[in-house]
Amino acid sequence: MKQTKKCRARRLGAALLALMLFVPVCASPVQAEETGKAAPDTGVVINVYNWGEYISNGVEGSMDVNAEFTRRTGIGVNYTTYDTNEAMYAKLASGGGDYDIIVPSDYMVSRMIEEDMLAELDFSNIPNFQYIDETFRNPAYDPENRYSVPYTWGLVGLFYNTDYVTKEEAQSWNVLWDEKYAGKILMFDNSRDSFGIAMKLLGYSFNSTDLNEWQEAADLLVQQAPLVQSYAMDQIFQKMESGEAWIAPYYSGDAAILIEENDNIAFSVPKEGTNYFVDALCIPKTSTHKAEAEAYINFLCDPEISYENCSYIGYSTPETAAKEMMDPSITESDVYYPSEETLANTEVYVNLGDDLNETIDGLWAEVKMGGPGQVGELIAILVLFLALYVGIVIHKRRRRKRESAR
Amino acid sequence: MKRRHLLTSGPYLVWMVLFIVVPMAMVVWFAFTDNVTGAFTLENIVRIGDYSNVFVRSIWLGALATVVCLVLGYPLAYLIAKIDPKYQNAIVLLIMLPMWMNFLLRTYAWMSLLEDNGLINNFLALLGLPRVHMINTSGAVVMGMVYNYLPYMVLPLYSVLVKIDGSVIEAAQDLGANRVQVFRRVIFPMSMPGIMSGITMVFVPSVSTFIISKMLGGGGNLLIGDLIEMEFLGNSYNPNLGSAISLVLMVLILISMGIMNQFRDEQEEDGGGVLF
Repeated sequence: MKQTKKCRARRLGAALLALMLFVPVCASPVQAEETGKAAPDTGVVINVYNWGEYISNGVEGSMDVNAEFTRRTGIGVNYTTYDTNEAMYAKLASGGGDYDIIVPSDYMVSRMIEEDMLAELDFSNIPNFQYIDETFRNPAYDPENRYSVPYTWGLVGLFYNTDYVTKEEAQSWNVLWDEKYAGKILMFDNSRDSFGIAMKLLGYSFNSTDLNEWQEAADLLVQQAPLVQSYAMDQIFQKMESGEAWIAPYYSGDAAILIEENDNIAFSVPKEGTNYFVDALCIPKTSTHKAEAEAYINFLCDPEISYENCSYIGYSTPETAAKEMMDPSITESDVYYPSEETLANTEVYVNLGDDLNETIDGLWAEVKMGGPGQVGELIAILVLFLALYVGIVIHKRRRRKRESAR
Repeated sequence: MKRRHLLTSGPYLVWMVLFIVVPMAMVVWFAFTDNVTGAFTLENIVRIGDYSNVFVRSIWLGALATVVCLVLGYPLAYLIAKIDPKYQNAIVLLIMLPMWMNFLLRTYAWMSLLEDNGLINNFLALLGLPRVHMINTSGAVVMGMVYNYLPYMVLPLYSVLVKIDGSVIEAAQDLGANRVQVFRRVIFPMSMPGIMSGITMVFVPSVSTFIISKMLGGGGNLLIGDLIEMEFLGNSYNPNLGSAISLVLMVLILISMGIMNQFRDEQEEDGGGVLF
């Protein structure tokens, strides 16, 4: 999903910097001045479970955020990554992981709150929460803001190739249903995002609980299926870049890499509205180092760290103080920091509940299969296989009998 | 004696129980219990019916890939078995070489070959020929399966064919058999065990693959493997339904292996003396 993000805009400068230093970045004079001496080792190690490529890690001259945290606090970081919210959820739900920090997206936060999987945060340990902008506090997925602290945010929008698709066309999700572009359209390969687009086109909420509305969205997606080149996630980078596909909905944070690689690719936020997502820092209930984990959250909320992090990964920061440190070319861009107007027309995902989720996944399978299946068909296959087996056995037995009679 | 047996097979027994028997039992248990309450239910099994076309497609594509592998692999294995033994190892190595590369990478490479703007189509365009749409079709999925699993067909076939005693063939020729007859009555029956294990080794992974259909089938060619992945890592996270699908898949594979075994037995009866 978000594995491949990397801000290449600063690549050249970063490479130069790395060349000049060629030493661990935290040893650079600038940062040493800012941060002072290293803290003594506390012997505590926290397990951080984050998205792939979702933290500034010291390459290309960026700050190694985890190392810096250890240096400042003496708390070690054992850092592992996941690809999707669902994979992370499955690991925690099955009891397979002992983590102190996780970074679920909005709807997953609300789901985990509902299922009592998150620990309530002690905000007295997180004074840097003050830097989080007012708009990001008390979000719909965590209404009282007790379990989560926003890490980054972004929008779902349309990437399109300006050689073939006009700017006007790209202002509506309808372009994804335009027969003119049959075979050149990519679509999300996950049910929530794909259905989201269809729901917005129909004018419904992402979080509708009306089954008929979801059914309508499914019908719309079935109509679209013949025009779709492929349902893809990470592959959209390669397919958009090479011109194999012309239109693809994706996450704004990945715009840097896409636009950077191909000048003809532009980004737009369709007028029907879109998904606005937040990935938030949370502590699972099973955490054994809650105070240290809170120290980690507090550290990440430090505007300077948030700045380092977000300028590396390409997603937007929820802190004005961090935003102000960034290059104006980024903060003034409607891709990374969309206008109030655009933002007003967005909606977050909240958890839909198990039953609805299952129904949607069922509908999604139907979209991809081109229609619902039949129980009879499956039974027929099984019977056919068994009949073949029994037939061969009987045939052989008969033949053996015949042979021995001969 | 018996105790020594237990001692030597002990580590594997422990391994097997821990990592094969227990997980299998869990799959069965999950398949027959409810997602929320954990009570016994047949609902998961019934719901698989909704996905029957995925099963049909998987079996069809898997079978197709197996047949193509057999048609391509048999002559190749036969040729390798017939050439000078000192070159055989080198050629077998060449067959296995692609398998050393990462599976994902190999499949990914096919993606850039088959695309509308891919290498093959660009080459066709260069020659002034019309472009052919290949990617995101079920044909591309079969192609990916054949490419990835062909060595699994060739190797067992080769190892059986290379062991066929030349004197048996000479004997057949002495008794007046022509080339076709030698092949049909001697070589082919004797290579049956290799054919059977080749078919099993290609069909089973083909029918349960998910990444090939995802990369080359464009996500629209949903296979059983994709479905299982969706249940475990998808939006709804329903390991019970996922387990039920896996269970039905296992039953299907079990039956097809039963069918293959019937052929194997036949050979043992007819020409068992030569084979074993």
